[in-house]
Amino acid sequence: MSEKHIDQETGTETTGHEWDGIRELDNPLPRWWLWIFYACIAWSVVYWVLMPAWPAPPGMQGFTEGVIGNSERVNVAEDMNALQSSRSDHFAQLQAAGSYDAIEADPALFRFALAAGQSNFANFCATCHGAGAQGFTGYPNLNDDVWLWGGSFDDIRTTLQYGIRSDHAETRYSQMPAFGADGLLSREEIRNVRDYVLSLSGGTGFDAAALNAGAEIFASQCVSCHGDQGQGDRTQGAPNLTDAIWLYGGSPEQVENTIWRGPFGVMPAWEGRLNDPTITALATYVYSLGGGEAETAPEGAAGE
Amino acid sequence: MSTARHNLISAPGVPTHDVEAVNDAKRRELYKKREPIYPKLVHGKFRFAKWVFMALALGAYYFIPFLRWDRGLSAPDQAVLVDFEGRRFYFFFIEIWPQEIYYISGLLIMAALLLFLVSALFGRVWCGYACPQTVWTDLFIAIERLFEGDRNKRIKLDRAKWSFNKAWRKIGKHSVWLVIAAATGGAWILYFHDAFDTLSHFFTGGSPISAYLFFGILTFTTYMLAGTMREQVCIYMCPWPRIQAAMTDRDALNVAYRVDRGEPRGAHKKGESWDARGDCIDCKACVVACPMGIDIREGSQLECIQCALCIDACDDIMKKVDRPTGLISYDTDINIDRRREGLKPIYRFLRPRVLVYAISLAIAGSIMVFGLTTRASLDVNATRDRNPNFVQLSDGSVRNGYTLKIINRTHEDREYTIRIDGPEGLEWRILGQEETRGLIVDVPAERTQDFRIFLTVPREAITVTNQSVLFTVSPEGSEETRTAETVFLSGGSQ
Repeated sequence: MSEKHIDQETGTETTGHEWDGIRELDNPLPRWWLWIFYACIAWSVVYWVLMPAWPAPPGMQGFTEGVIGNSERVNVAEDMNALQSSRSDHFAQLQAAGSYDAIEADPALFRFALAAGQSNFANFCATCHGAGAQGFTGYPNLNDDVWLWGGSFDDIRTTLQYGIRSDHAETRYSQMPAFGADGLLSREEIRNVRDYVLSLSGGTGFDAAALNAGAEIFASQCVSCHGDQGQGDRTQGAPNLTDAIWLYGGSPEQVENTIWRGPFGVMPAWEGRLNDPTITALATYVYSLGGGEAETAPEGAAGE
Repeated sequence: MSTARHNLISAPGVPTHDVEAVNDAKRRELYKKREPIYPKLVHGKFRFAKWVFMALALGAYYFIPFLRWDRGLSAPDQAVLVDFEGRRFYFFFIEIWPQEIYYISGLLIMAALLLFLVSALFGRVWCGYACPQTVWTDLFIAIERLFEGDRNKRIKLDRAKWSFNKAWRKIGKHSVWLVIAAATGGAWILYFHDAFDTLSHFFTGGSPISAYLFFGILTFTTYMLAGTMREQVCIYMCPWPRIQAAMTDRDALNVAYRVDRGEPRGAHKKGESWDARGDCIDCKACVVACPMGIDIREGSQLECIQCALCIDACDDIMKKVDRPTGLISYDTDINIDRRREGLKPIYRFLRPRVLVYAISLAIAGSIMVFGLTTRASLDVNATRDRNPNFVQLSDGSVRNGYTLKIINRTHEDREYTIRIDGPEGLEWRILGQEETRGLIVDVPAERTQDFRIFLTVPREAITVTNQSVLFTVSPEGSEETRTAETVFLSGGSQ
């Protein structure tokens, strides 16, 4: 700029630009501010030398690495390793612990197991069972006192390990026939059985003839798994039909549909995907949700 | 003109300084490099008050970390300690936990209100006497004077060529400055970890890196701000002089030159009559005493920190020329105008602004005192599980899960009894707790412990979707109780 622009009011030079009649006074930056600015520039040069900073030609990993060899990837890996090793004691204890009581007896280990269990539950189990393990229709609620395959710590752990109707050789397995879809029973027969089943848990208002017919079919088709009182059988994962919990829904339509199609709920085996202590932690967490049973589980008492 | 003035001596020991105020707003140029200010030592009641306050402030700063306060074995015994590691703030009998950070907010609010109140009454006394920038700068200037002499000697020394004399004085000054700066940074870190422990480890490299970092930062800033930047911090960096304008008014006391008495100013020769002229003999003692490099006779200025050293300087001169003191003194804008009109000065300390500040301060203070004196050693908090909201059990009963948080603020392990009031037929279970212990739980000293509690209500007792639950917790062997209210949800009548 050849000519100086001076603001009349203040006598100060302006930057010479004008925006809608507004001109900017060209006041100097405070000296202390400038020194900090220069110091920052100097610091950035030091930083370029010390730290990874600039794109570089091939052969240098694509960037200048810096002389102190800092790498955030390595730092993260180290942090992860340090974290793992800080947890290794607890994981070893979990591996060694045989029972829920043994874990619960050590408050620190118990807290660790619950925290590890909760975190893994959110990762691997919540997809089906829900974030609070409350389940959905077709996916069991793990908070309640109803267990298809047993609610002791060992039972829960076994279920986690091998899965249900999974591809593991040791998996828990059973299959309810699709009575309607496969043509084993007529629609009418299924409705009779439905009424009978609903009456087992206190349902009323059914036609007596239908109940009798239903009872007959139940005795011939269902008792082998669900028991003569409909009390269920945990060795086969057959639900107790006399309680208030219905895995596939308790409305007449839902029960009828369940008998018609024969449910085939699958849970994957976690052995091989999660290590033993993690499975133990998950079992501890699920057991502690409120429904865990003592080792000598009462007979029957399962539900759908 | 100036040579003529040099010959005029009003009284013995009354030199006239041929200076201009370096920070005079009219002369100041933004592009100019900082002009050094050489404040001349003054004697008088304000200078004395400043020495006393400096001794108290610095003494407190360096000494407080070493005060002890017995809190039992489980807590540190340092009277004032910001314990980031243990997440506690200790201040004598006060102990603040992270969730009580509002006490810190309260303290800051009180500090702000106190600053407003004092500003409304007495102007910038904070700037003039108590601000660390002022205290440390004052100290650094005293050190400078010790090595390089008073104003005139310092000016001469700075203009002189480098010599052994100049070198040792400069090196000595900067060395002592650095030692003080280091002590400032050193004392700072004592507030964050046991002082004696820090001292014993600091010099052997055994303290954490953050201790050295903050020591370094505080040392550097003290040296820079108090040694080399001084008045620039107040004029250019500090926001307070700008805010100050809103905090003060025409009734607030400020350091002021009494124009009515001083003008017309002019040199005065011994024996000359004082008639038809002002008392100001234009000796500029006030200008050379000013650490901010201004001329107070220009009226109130943003640069003036109101340290009152010009009052001492002027009073000294007034006594020597046998005129009444107080030509420069604490005065209000209103009275400056009234005097000019020949009216009597009035002082109104009880003004709406002052009352509002004082009452706000009293309220904030009372809330703080009430909170701190009734602060419970026990706190209880109940959170109900939201996911799932409730669990239906096989026999039709319903279960809710709760997390009961018990905070034990005492310095000893305690047993607490929990009482649960809720719907009829309620059954409880505490996760991970031996059944034989019932509803008695342990919480270690100074700890917050979570308990998972399951409550089950039988089908018959479930009449409405929402029933209230009350947890009452009381320590063993104490009357104290704390309650936590929550609800039992059931999804309705079964």
